[in-house]
Amino acid sequence: MDRKQLPSRCPLGTVSSDLRILQGNSSLELSEYWDRQFDGDNDDQEKLLKESSTLYVGNLSFRTTEEQIYELFSRCGAIKHVFMGLDKIKKKACGFCFVEYYNRVDAENAMWFLNGTRLDDRIIHTDWDLGFREHRQYGHRPEGQVRNANAFCEDFDVGRGGSGKQAQARDRRGIH
Amino acid sequence: MQKIYESSARLLPEKLTIYTTLVGLLNARNYNFGGEFVEAMIRQLKESLKANNYNEAVYLVRFLSDLVNCHVIAAPSMVAMFENFVSVTQEEDVPQVRRDWYVYAFLSSLPWVGKELYEKKDAEMDRIFANTESYLKRRQKTHVPMLQVWTAEKPHPQEEYLDCLWAQIQKLKKDRWQERHILRPYLAFDSILCEALQHNLPPFTPPPHTEDSVYPMPRVIFRMFDYTDDPEGPVMPGSHSVERFVIEENLHCIIKSHWKERKTCAAQLVSYPGKNKIPLNYHIVEVIFAELFQLPAPPHIDVMYTTLLIELCKLQPGSLPQVLAQATEMLYMRLDTMNTTCVDRFINWFSHHLSNFQFRWSWEDWSDCLTQDPESPKPKFVREVLEKCMRLSYHQRILDIVPPTFSALCPANPTCIYKYGDESSNSLPGHSVALCLAVAFKSKATNDEIFSILKDVPNPNQDDDDDEGFSFNPLKIEVFVQTLLHLAAKSFSHSFSALAKFHEVFKTLAESDEGKLHVLRVMFEVWRNHPQMIAVLVDKMIRTQIVDCAAVANWIFSSELSRDFTRLFVWEILHSTIRKMNKHVLKIQKELEEAKEKLARQHKRRSDDDDRSSDRKDGALEEQIERLQEKVESAQSEQKNLFLVIFQRFIMILTEHLVRCETDGTSVLTPWYKNCIERLQQIFLQHHQIIQQYMVTLENLLFTAELDPHILAVFQQFCALQA
Repeated sequence: MDRKQLPSRCPLGTVSSDLRILQGNSSLELSEYWDRQFDGDNDDQEKLLKESSTLYVGNLSFRTTEEQIYELFSRCGAIKHVFMGLDKIKKKACGFCFVEYYNRVDAENAMWFLNGTRLDDRIIHTDWDLGFREHRQYGHRPEGQVRNANAFCEDFDVGRGGSGKQAQARDRRGIH
Repeated sequence: MQKIYESSARLLPEKLTIYTTLVGLLNARNYNFGGEFVEAMIRQLKESLKANNYNEAVYLVRFLSDLVNCHVIAAPSMVAMFENFVSVTQEEDVPQVRRDWYVYAFLSSLPWVGKELYEKKDAEMDRIFANTESYLKRRQKTHVPMLQVWTAEKPHPQEEYLDCLWAQIQKLKKDRWQERHILRPYLAFDSILCEALQHNLPPFTPPPHTEDSVYPMPRVIFRMFDYTDDPEGPVMPGSHSVERFVIEENLHCIIKSHWKERKTCAAQLVSYPGKNKIPLNYHIVEVIFAELFQLPAPPHIDVMYTTLLIELCKLQPGSLPQVLAQATEMLYMRLDTMNTTCVDRFINWFSHHLSNFQFRWSWEDWSDCLTQDPESPKPKFVREVLEKCMRLSYHQRILDIVPPTFSALCPANPTCIYKYGDESSNSLPGHSVALCLAVAFKSKATNDEIFSILKDVPNPNQDDDDDEGFSFNPLKIEVFVQTLLHLAAKSFSHSFSALAKFHEVFKTLAESDEGKLHVLRVMFEVWRNHPQMIAVLVDKMIRTQIVDCAAVANWIFSSELSRDFTRLFVWEILHSTIRKMNKHVLKIQKELEEAKEKLARQHKRRSDDDDRSSDRKDGALEEQIERLQEKVESAQSEQKNLFLVIFQRFIMILTEHLVRCETDGTSVLTPWYKNCIERLQQIFLQHHQIIQQYMVTLENLLFTAELDPHILAVFQQFCALQA
């Protein structure tokens, strides 16, 4: 299925588009897949997509919950993050989400075995996504630096939180 | 050209005879090509064996044997190779699994080439057979019970794979090697091929056993169908017929070749040649379930089989779904003797499958489970399936899809239980602090503000108040965790945010081991209706180091969880925890390796460049390596400790049960016991590579001769797996 045919696609790739995802601004839907705000050329995008462990999941029912996504996609491996796409005005789920795995191979499993199967009686569509920019920065630290010595922390959110848009977004949806 | 054939031999083993025929025809035209090809195959075989690539090696041996049929290889030299294979059974001080493989490689080639070899060298073959038979009689089979999907021998015995293959080859021999199933294109070219000059295989010495050699695990052959299951269709070949072996081999090969592309895989399976003479759908379903239920682990990820079966149902909507329904019914009927690990996979498969078909099922057919002890396998299975179905949909949907009689087996509505929520909780200790916290959380308090609110919470465990107030205080943990989780109950994301935002408070409260355990306990009290939430919270807490793996293990074996001890979610949490521990160790080991490599490269550059400044860089790197070394040792020690804790706890509760049954005079084999002992087996099987490192410790410390034989048997079966 050609990416260009997916009108509800609002790809991740920049901080500003991340925010838009959470706001679900449908006027920013790109008619073509390629993220125009991406800081590199199409070849760079393609290379990053080949390394990505984040998937876009589309054609979800508006009622599909984060919990259901976790249940289905956990069958392919340990999930790092699920971002439910939200409609800007209603702040409700609007048919797509992003699933980020810790390992690329798990995302590949999802592409092979969940793409085109059903969730909530709808045939879902999965596609590779660039993933959050901030996270990819963490993947390329200068040599010699051992990252935070505490164990599983490579995956821990606090490092990504701070003043990032994501943390703000989380707070918005979090405790009020 | 050669490369193409070589790789085809490996990648598409189900099309073996086509490729051997092509090689045969080429050899007839060009003798040198044949010679080079055979040499290349032998080299490849040696490499595969050295690289522990035994599955590939089997296909290579089979390919070579079929080249005998194509007049590329002279039969006597093939017999000589097989003689060398079977002589491995005489080797001493090697693992049985090594000897097993060579016997398997020999026997599994015979359906293709047995006839030809016997015709040319019957005396030698008889000798090889006699040696094989005496080996098979004397080899030990302690490992078999651990690998059987069902403990019952009826309706189909679950045979060890070599025993089954031996019986099949014996029968083939009795039938004078008449084998009608394999497609043999070379027969059509006999006039050309019989003119070809044959090559002799060079004498083949099996590579010696080394410490790094890892041989395939033994298997038990999964059988669920026989000819009575499809009375109207073609007859299903018997379990000891060589046709059964060849069909199953080929279907397994197709899956192996195409598992990543389910449409191709399904198409290849349903277009299996000769399908009109066999009940193909039954074979396909049996082979797929054989892989899904294989112990220790399926060859491919579980979810692949779900999707493959859905694809097959789409391709053959008029026939396959019925066979699948029949299979499901049979699996349900035999739940009482099914291995718990396999039941887990059955639950996961069935719930996911149903979610693709609007959860349509004839639940009334399974009404027999409603009158059974709820802890027995059938009602338990239905409960777990409904719980998983709910996770893939929502609570009301489940109530709608089952008949009203099944409501007792429906899962609880996954709501949060907040103990400070209603009027009656006024009298609970800490109630006022809870209210205070709730207000603070809602007004976006900081960690420090939370700390100061918690300072006032008295410690029920201590008479005099600790000045710092940060020692283990269960009440502090209770009010904090209950209130926070309740406020963040809306979704997983909300809860994860909460954990992240108040990470500091969590870490401080859960600093001690008792603290960690109590955090888990309180979290469980809040979310006991929502096992999925419990699992994701435990996962996050480990990853953010609020709790450690040992705390989770201890919590699972604690009395608070004893009521839920046999539920699937508990074991999913434990195995996920162990996997995280394993991944963590691997990650640090890799970091250490990379740092060492970097140092080596730097040294080499220095000797090339003679650069003084890199002395300093060296120092920093060496320091880093030392730190990483310590980290690795500490992580490995934590990993070993985790397994020891788990085994210890198993031994304790199993012994308790066994002693109680002895004094009460009741039977040991309760549903709880079967579940528990198989969960212990599951630990061994699912993490066997890591546990192999601890054998000496386990033998001397935990699984000693004084242990109850029921428990010791599990350990002994495990030891036998790679012995």
